[in-house]
Amino acid sequence: MSLTVAFKLNGNAVTAEAEPQTLLVEMLREALRQTGTHVGCDTSQCGACVVHVNGRSVKSCSMLAIQADGAEVLTIEGLAQDGELHPLQQAFRECHGLQCGFCTPGMIMSALDLLQTTPQPDDATIRHWLEGNLCRCTGYQNIIRAVKSAASKMAG
Amino acid sequence: MYPFTYQRPQSLAEAAQLLGDDDEAKLLAGGMTLLPTMKMRLAQPSMLIDLGGLDELRGIEKHGSVLEIRAMTTHAEVAASEVVQESIPALAELALGIGDSQVRNRGTIGGSVANSDPAADYTAAVLGLNATVVTNRREIAADEFFLGMFETALERDELVVAIRFPKPACAGYVKFPNPASRYAVVGVMVARFENAVRVAVTGAGACVFREAQFEQALAGEFAPQVLSGILVDAVEFNNDMHASAEYRAHLLTVMAKRAVAIAVSEAGA
Repeated sequence: MSLTVAFKLNGNAVTAEAEPQTLLVEMLREALRQTGTHVGCDTSQCGACVVHVNGRSVKSCSMLAIQADGAEVLTIEGLAQDGELHPLQQAFRECHGLQCGFCTPGMIMSALDLLQTTPQPDDATIRHWLEGNLCRCTGYQNIIRAVKSAASKMAG
Repeated sequence: MYPFTYQRPQSLAEAAQLLGDDDEAKLLAGGMTLLPTMKMRLAQPSMLIDLGGLDELRGIEKHGSVLEIRAMTTHAEVAASEVVQESIPALAELALGIGDSQVRNRGTIGGSVANSDPAADYTAAVLGLNATVVTNRREIAADEFFLGMFETALERDELVVAIRFPKPACAGYVKFPNPASRYAVVGVMVARFENAVRVAVTGAGACVFREAQFEQALAGEFAPQVLSGILVDAVEFNNDMHASAEYRAHLLTVMAKRAVAIAVSEAGA
């Protein structure tokens, strides 16, 4: 049973073939070659696969590709505009919010969802929001700093 | 995952038909439990019936003093709802503590309630707040709905349409979350109504249950300290790598006292 999934990826209309059991992250990485979205745990714990579906952050390893039919999907590849890093990407770089970088796309997509509804979050709010994103390198302090730094730039 | 077929019905009737026609079919709501379970090959449905196309299953409405939350409403929507925050703040707080942000963006109240996970949060809300589960066929009182671990009163071709919560005088929910999953090691919903106090416990046993001794004590005086010294029988409590049965019994009293304190402060506010 092959299905055709038609959706918007980073603003562009795309279609891809998928089996019912194909995960959204598999379709993004394998069929559409958008490999910025990572697979860490594959059990919806780690958050490396976070993308936005219709404006809200989701774990793309725990959603079927066909469930994105008709949706607007935003991945890390869609953030930089005209070669300019998104303020969150820039802030992670400036604040040393990453070491190996594996969790970073998910961290940034998750944080972006937070800043869209809560433009000036305090530390506790950021920590609560990022509970579903695991980083094994930085210890989170600089990630929190990066999100706060981006928040003030985006507000200013 | 094992292969399966996929359907996205356009009406409740079509969804019920598909479900009734195939013994091995499963409903897909938010998928936050079902899809990981299938990936671990602990479940192998023949067909997934995706309820994502049914707009009639979305939304929160207040009818008089009753709050109706439709089945496909996400945890994030419940947590952010001003109507919920205003009429039953404990329910909004509970929704905000489920899983993580991304789970709350996909997971639904109907899916959680129909699943009857022993450590789910919403089961305690439904039972503690004396809610009614509305299905495509009938209305089921909370006391009749949860039958056991992953077992409910739902018939094979029956699906949850909405949950109706009567507004309590005051309520509080507190859980001791598993630090990794945020599932309740023990969670307690305490709700005070005009004529009764209800205490529902999740995480401690095979299924959500009411703690009668606590309810009686709180009906006498609605204050945390009346729960001190009540012996909780842990014989049938869960005993696993996260917590022993005895520890869960201890947590039950601690969480219940904190929940009562929250309810008292809501009543005083």
